Amino acid sequence: MSPLVRLTGASASLGAQEVLSGVDLRIDRGEIVTIVGPNGSGKSTLMRVIIGAVPLRQGRLEHAPGLRIGYVPQKLHIDPTLPMTVRRFLSLPRRVSDAAAAEALTHAGGAGLAGRQMSDLSGGQFQRVLLARALLNRPDLLILDEATQGLDQPGSAAFYRLIEQLRTELGCGVLMVSHELHVVMAASDRVICLNHHVCCEGAPEHVASAPEYRALFGTGTQGALALYRHQHDHHHDEGCSHGDHDHAHDHDHDADAPKTHSHEAR
Amino acid sequence: MLDDFLVRAALAGLGVALAAGPLGCLVVWRRMAYFGDATAHAAMLGVALALAFDVSIFAGVLVVSMLMATLVSTLSGRGFAMDTLLGVLAHSAIAFGLVAVSFLSGVRIDLMAYLFGDILAVSKGDLAIIWGGAALVLALLAWRWQALLTATLNPDLAQASGLDPRREQLVLTVALALVVAVAIKVVGSLLIAALMIIPAATARPLARTPEGMALTAAGIGAVSALGGLQGSLWFDTPTGPSMVCIAALLFLVTLLLDGLRRDLAQRRAGRTSG
Ligand SMILES: Nc1ncnc2c1ncn2[C@@H]1O[C@H](COP(=O)(O)OP(=O)(O)OP(=O)(O)O)[C@@H](O)[C@H]1O
Ligand SMILES: [Mg+2]
Repeated sequence: MSPLVRLTGASASLGAQEVLSGVDLRIDRGEIVTIVGPNGSGKSTLMRVIIGAVPLRQGRLEHAPGLRIGYVPQKLHIDPTLPMTVRRFLSLPRRVSDAAAAEALTHAGGAGLAGRQMSDLSGGQFQRVLLARALLNRPDLLILDEATQGLDQPGSAAFYRLIEQLRTELGCGVLMVSHELHVVMAASDRVICLNHHVCCEGAPEHVASAPEYRALFGTGTQGALALYRHQHDHHHDEGCSHGDHDHAHDHDHDADAPKTHSHEAR
Repeated sequence: MLDDFLVRAALAGLGVALAAGPLGCLVVWRRMAYFGDATAHAAMLGVALALAFDVSIFAGVLVVSMLMATLVSTLSGRGFAMDTLLGVLAHSAIAFGLVAVSFLSGVRIDLMAYLFGDILAVSKGDLAIIWGGAALVLALLAWRWQALLTATLNPDLAQASGLDPRREQLVLTVALALVVAVAIKVVGSLLIAALMIIPAATARPLARTPEGMALTAAGIGAVSALGGLQGSLWFDTPTGPSMVCIAALLFLVTLLLDGLRRDLAQRRAGRTSG
């Protein structure tokens, strides 16, 4: 099966700073991939590289032909001089029927918001509307940059159930950024730990045990992870056991192999 | 009917206002008011070049405005400190324009006409150009509207939907240069930006959707153009500035009414809750 998106050896700079270097990434239809990493590690930049908003300094970006992307940016500022109802926002850039708009809103937990001004929404409501917009037009790939920020606890849980359901219904791929590590571990097929380069990647239980991951996220996360690991089979011994950056290149050697982590899982 | 200079003036004012209103909304939403200014002021340089090379004023202004708009939009993509840079560009353009015009010995031209417009002297040919240009601008905006709006909202959202924000920026640049070129005869280089910004700002509190705001701005522009023309006849004032004055008064009135409306709504909410 050809991938939805493939990045090969991608490097990108913002201003004078090299934000991403030598990133390889492949997303297939029907898989949920989560990017984790500390603040400023280039996660949002990677999302923007994938939608084509940040040019690559090196490397290659390939999209499946006719790829439709539903994108939820981390931040969206709407200028106060621009009047915009939720309903109107959902019709950008492609007009959608009232029925489709209402359905997407309901899906995203924002039913009844259609007539409101975007500027009057609460943070969580705004986030739900962004998500609803991303669901329209049957996307092949959902790109969600911290899409659950500001959602209440039930909202966030419902969100991850929705993602799971969409993946099954639409067969779309999902690429998301999240800081909610324990949820990520349960909700993803594959986790990529990013710190300007790919530190380690693979099935959640595999990444959770990688020393690079622990080095980045410290011991504070171990409780949740230990709990997680106890409930799952794990294979620590592959891939990410090197202590330095070399392992990133290790993945390069078997260009097709790293992705098998997720295939194995099924 | 077109033989009456007043009818021609009214139609010229309407044509410019109808195109400037919706374009002005985009300019305001994108925080490009300065950009409109620089482009409009560059028109003066266009006038000088047109006279020097003996081509039509319209063509001269169009070319120079287009160059200025492209220059500005390229630089703004590079993260320059834009307000300073635009101050430099806008004012040098107009200064160089005025100096260049003074070099053209032999031609006695009325500078005031280009700085503040000379709508009462609009010919049938001018009228054709104004309406042709305005129609072109409106057609361009209507064609690209959805994409322009998305790119205005957030370039990354546009990019993710397969649109190219830079292309939409170019569309806007072309539309802006066209409006400047057709408006110079009507309101002059100094006040073109006012005819874009003020109706848009006036329309803001009256609108709930972008389209609503664009249409309202066009309407307010039209009322200002006709009102300004009428006022200039009554009080024997310059026409272009009179139009801008009417627009400014309308802005003030909607601002006050909107403030009043909010105040009332707040009080009513206070009464029901308390
Ligand atoms: N527009 C920009 N211009 C210059 N540098 C930028 C720009 N946007 C981001 N950066 C820099 O690029 C680096 C990566 O930023 P990015 O937004 O991708 O991080 P992130 O991993 O998404 O962080 P967070 O978890 O805080 O969202 C940061 O060091 C940031 O300062
Ligand atoms: Mg980010």
